[in-house]
Amino acid sequence: MAEEGQQHPLSVYFWIWGLLFVVSFFSYMVDYLQFQGALRWTLILIFMFVKAGFIVAIFMHMKWERLALKLAILGPPVAILVLIWLMSYEGLYIEDTRVEYYGESTMEPQTPAHH
Amino acid sequence: MSEAVLSSGAEAPGTKGVADDFSRDKQVFGVPWGKAMMWIFLLSDTFIFSCFLVSYMSVRISSTDPWPIPSEVFALTLFGTSIPLVLIAIMTFILITSSGTMAMAVNMGYRKDRNKTFWLMVATAVLGASFVGMQAFEWTKLISEGVRPWGNPFGAAQFGSSFFMITGFHGMHVSAGVIYLLVVAFRVKNGFYEKRGGNYEIVEITGLYWHFVDLVWVFIFAFFYLW
Repeated sequence: MAEEGQQHPLSVYFWIWGLLFVVSFFSYMVDYLQFQGALRWTLILIFMFVKAGFIVAIFMHMKWERLALKLAILGPPVAILVLIWLMSYEGLYIEDTRVEYYGESTMEPQTPAHH
Repeated sequence: MSEAVLSSGAEAPGTKGVADDFSRDKQVFGVPWGKAMMWIFLLSDTFIFSCFLVSYMSVRISSTDPWPIPSEVFALTLFGTSIPLVLIAIMTFILITSSGTMAMAVNMGYRKDRNKTFWLMVATAVLGASFVGMQAFEWTKLISEGVRPWGNPFGAAQFGSSFFMITGFHGMHVSAGVIYLLVVAFRVKNGFYEKRGGNYEIVEITGLYWHFVDLVWVFIFAFFYLW
């Protein structure tokens, strides 16, 4: 296994390449068609994880590696979920504190003028 | 390094294999050390990019000012109509294309087709360089519109610092990757690896780095540009 390295038929790569294009097009369409709210966030996350999965599994050959390597590399990033959870609570708390002490923002969002 | 050490004995599948790999008196991962080290480096880089994206998340949540709408900030006027995010979409497609050519290069490397490997790697580097060029254009445009790390005319002040830090760090990775690709590509071409036993594992290792850069962009595109 180690001697030959990762050799797979070219068709696998062409398939994944094509799929990545299609999924990227879909995620751009989410913005272009101005989907909003929960639908937007769900679609963004689904397309993001599909693309990330294809890249790691096929292009980076993780699918064909030993389980020991898969666990050692893909396991630790799960800890980031804890950081996301903690920091989102922290962020909400800071926002509440700012509103309480400084009041609501009076800033109006500006639309940039394009040249 | 003797190859026999890498694959001593039968390799059990599943969790039994994990226990075997870690407990047997051999290198843990059944891969060359260079590849294992690249994976470990990429794991540490994952945490760095995660820190950037998580801090972007917390400043965006905690800001009481409205967050600038990326769809409008990154719109471009082409042929008289304003198209949302168009440059970012083109950059995304360029990076995916470069990932494809890189995957081909790795495959050709293992087939010891040095000429094709060289040209595919050069194509990957050219696509990467054009990505950085477009990013420079994007930065110039935003700076001319008054976006600064400490404020901008469109909304929350934290937008600029998040944008410059995240895309800047990613762009730095792409630039380093272009140099890395070119160094390995020219070594493939001039027979450097032939003198070292004709082992083209290095192309796959370089590919891992390049695919990672594309992978990070997937997350930046989703969280920073689309959210």
